[in-house]
Amino acid sequence: MELSPREDLNRRMLRARDEMDRRYAEPLDVPTLAAVAHLSPSQFGRVFKEVYGETPHRYLQRRRVERAMTLLRQTDRPVTDIAWDVGFASLGTFSRTFATVVGCSPTQFRARHEPVHVPSCFIAAWTRPRDGARTVVSEKRADPDAG
Amino acid sequence: MTTNHITSVRIKSVPVLDQEEALDFYCNHLGFQVHDDIDLGFMRWLTVVLPGGGVQLLLELVGGPQHDEATAAQVRELVTKGALGGLFLTSSDVHATYAALRDAGVEITQEPVEQPYGTDFGIRDPFGNHIRISQPNEAPNEVIQHRYDAARA
Repeated sequence: MELSPREDLNRRMLRARDEMDRRYAEPLDVPTLAAVAHLSPSQFGRVFKEVYGETPHRYLQRRRVERAMTLLRQTDRPVTDIAWDVGFASLGTFSRTFATVVGCSPTQFRARHEPVHVPSCFIAAWTRPRDGARTVVSEKRADPDAG
Repeated sequence: MTTNHITSVRIKSVPVLDQEEALDFYCNHLGFQVHDDIDLGFMRWLTVVLPGGGVQLLLELVGGPQHDEATAAQVRELVTKGALGGLFLTSSDVHATYAALRDAGVEITQEPVEQPYGTDFGIRDPFGNHIRISQPNEAPNEVIQHRYDAARA
């Protein structure tokens, strides 16, 4: 298969984005993700933003918040446990980020939403909060932000 | 309800960037078989179907005459960025399917996850199309809903 340089770059960035989707709960950093895309750490953030329109840090935040939304909807697990499970290092950072991205607190979100049974990947894709809210920069467990 | 006599889905187009590579992936990795492989001159009509039948996949090369060059380039961009596609397949043994695809080096987007409706995992085809493979359980909708509710009880 012959890909243009642009398409090849897209494909490699998609692999890096898939890596974030899969390992969102881990403390991912820029060198790890850059290696997946076969780019230098200094290039990675800039190229990711060119391809997907947001920084990798922001994408990872939205992925984690989306996953937290699912767990809040579908389980009765404590908010603190959910915050930790989706990759946040502290309840305070999680609550702040969640409120910034979703517009309400995790507890309020849970009270307003019931579980739904459609394939989880579709829920993930369609309920992932859109970018547009301000970026919270105090997250300590992740630092995949170069852009 | 509208009665317009439509009875089933027959063919679904999957945008691919190389039909030979698509054929290898969908047949040798996912178990599809060639249904039609016809050189129409202006295009290669290439469809595959699972041995058990069902919907045929039209492995459609992006960039035919229906698209100008600029549009074809945009579609190729979207495919490689993972913005198009979406196929849901069913397996009778999802863990065996996962192990075989993983061992074959297929791109895994998510390992098998137990869900109230069954178990599923995600992969990408060589071009960036997302494919979800699941083994649904036999539970009716109300039982599945009960499982969701019980998790929150």
